[in-house]
Amino acid sequence: MSTIDQDSAVTGGTGGNAPTGGAPAAGRRTGTGLVKRGLATQLRGGVVMDVVTPEQAVVAEDAGAAAVMALERVPADIRRDGGVARMSDPALIEAIKAAVSIPVMAKARIGHFAEARVLESLGVDYIDESEVLTPADDDHHIDKWPFTVPFVCGANNLGEALRRISEGAALIRSKGEAGTGDVKEAVRHLRQILGDIRKVTQADQAERYGWAKQLQAPIDLVNEVAETSELPVPLFCAGGIATPSDAALVMHLGAQAVFVGSGIFKSSDPPRFARAIVEATTHYADYSIVAKVSRGLGEAMRGEESGAVATRLSERGW
Amino acid sequence: MEALNGPVGVLALQGDFREHIEVLGRLGVRARAVRVPRDLEGVSGLVVPGGESTTMSLLLDSSGLLGPLAELVTAGTPVLGTCAGMVLLASEVLDGKPGQHRLGALDIAVRRNAFGRQRDSFEADIAVSGLDVPVHAVFIRAPVVERAGPEVEVLAEVAMADGVKRPVVCRQGPALVTSFHPELVGETRLHEAFLSSIRSQTRKENVRAL
Repeated sequence: MSTIDQDSAVTGGTGGNAPTGGAPAAGRRTGTGLVKRGLATQLRGGVVMDVVTPEQAVVAEDAGAAAVMALERVPADIRRDGGVARMSDPALIEAIKAAVSIPVMAKARIGHFAEARVLESLGVDYIDESEVLTPADDDHHIDKWPFTVPFVCGANNLGEALRRISEGAALIRSKGEAGTGDVKEAVRHLRQILGDIRKVTQADQAERYGWAKQLQAPIDLVNEVAETSELPVPLFCAGGIATPSDAALVMHLGAQAVFVGSGIFKSSDPPRFARAIVEATTHYADYSIVAKVSRGLGEAMRGEESGAVATRLSERGW
Repeated sequence: MEALNGPVGVLALQGDFREHIEVLGRLGVRARAVRVPRDLEGVSGLVVPGGESTTMSLLLDSSGLLGPLAELVTAGTPVLGTCAGMVLLASEVLDGKPGQHRLGALDIAVRRNAFGRQRDSFEADIAVSGLDVPVHAVFIRAPVVERAGPEVEVLAEVAMADGVKRPVVCRQGPALVTSFHPELVGETRLHEAFLSSIRSQTRKENVRAL
């Protein structure tokens, strides 16, 4: 490209210093921890929205979603329909990928590394090893280190978060109770994770070993939490967020971004709800803005109280 | 260290603004998160962080920041943009959403997600003109510059899948942009270059005020 050469000439030929032609991948490392966490870092302050069609994906992108989660049924419908919930049809994921330019995530069952490899081959940007789908393995989560694609996993508490990180998760989301529209479990899980982080930060070295035993988590990760006062990867919040105020609540509690599953497309006006939740996530500390975007918004998803549901999705995985 | 005439604003609508605020803090500079127009009062420079450019573009509208930011750029306020920040500061986005805003701080056309999807994101050492030691660069679904105007200095390039090198660090006057994320690896030299353009601006302003 001659324009580049011209520009290089103008600036004294910097192009000569840049890595030269040949194999474009020379000296480049893909799928490293930094690269995996890096994408999660870029999603901070944003909203990841569940979508079940390419049209919904476009609505989400137009409303300012930082990423979409491509799936066949939102958690509320998975609850209603029952049966085994599995990875989505690759054709659906590909259609959603083609429809938007923002990152596309997709869910694999807990422990189902074959589904995860399929999703990786499709070029999804993040895999959610998710309790919303029916677990494929009661004892083992996926060994996530060998993958190039990054993983997000759910956690109810700090121990679970650190076990997922020890298996290679590059992003943690507090689980909440997906598909209920009830934010209570999301608050409980966030408070458990962040409250224990605050306590670990106060522990002396001997007590850290005690924490590692209590949390059933590797001591190295407990040490890292104690020294940095945060998880080694970003922490987002999921499960039951249905209104702009819900998003503001969990952001204020310490979530770095939010996943909204059923809350958008089960509301009375999905484009407006999507937009309002995006704005509330950014301006969570400015309640006049949260009030403004909430005004006349319409009906939030009806939902059901998290204590009343037959299947507690958040109890899946360990 | 020479004082700046005001804090450095960091656009904090979405993305990795926290890391930019930390880098500036390490350099002894006061940073201010910018979410609404009043946050821009008195800022001496502005960082546009990484994140999703489509999300930030929408939030620029709803927050009322688009006009004030465009004025800031027109007035020649020093700006630093990384990744999505490069996209927002460009004059042209080749594959942007219809209506995606461009601040036009540099005469460049950028392509979003130019390396492919997340599995193609990578880290590598990149030679940057004027820096003795290469920069450790993290490219996350990164954009590249497809066209740079005659006023634009290209400070670094990388080869793409087609074997052709394209600019990944560009400067035009007080505007500096990178395709990658110096803020994610504790790299401070590009922020220092941005701060030195604020300082030279400050000096001019102080002379004018005499």
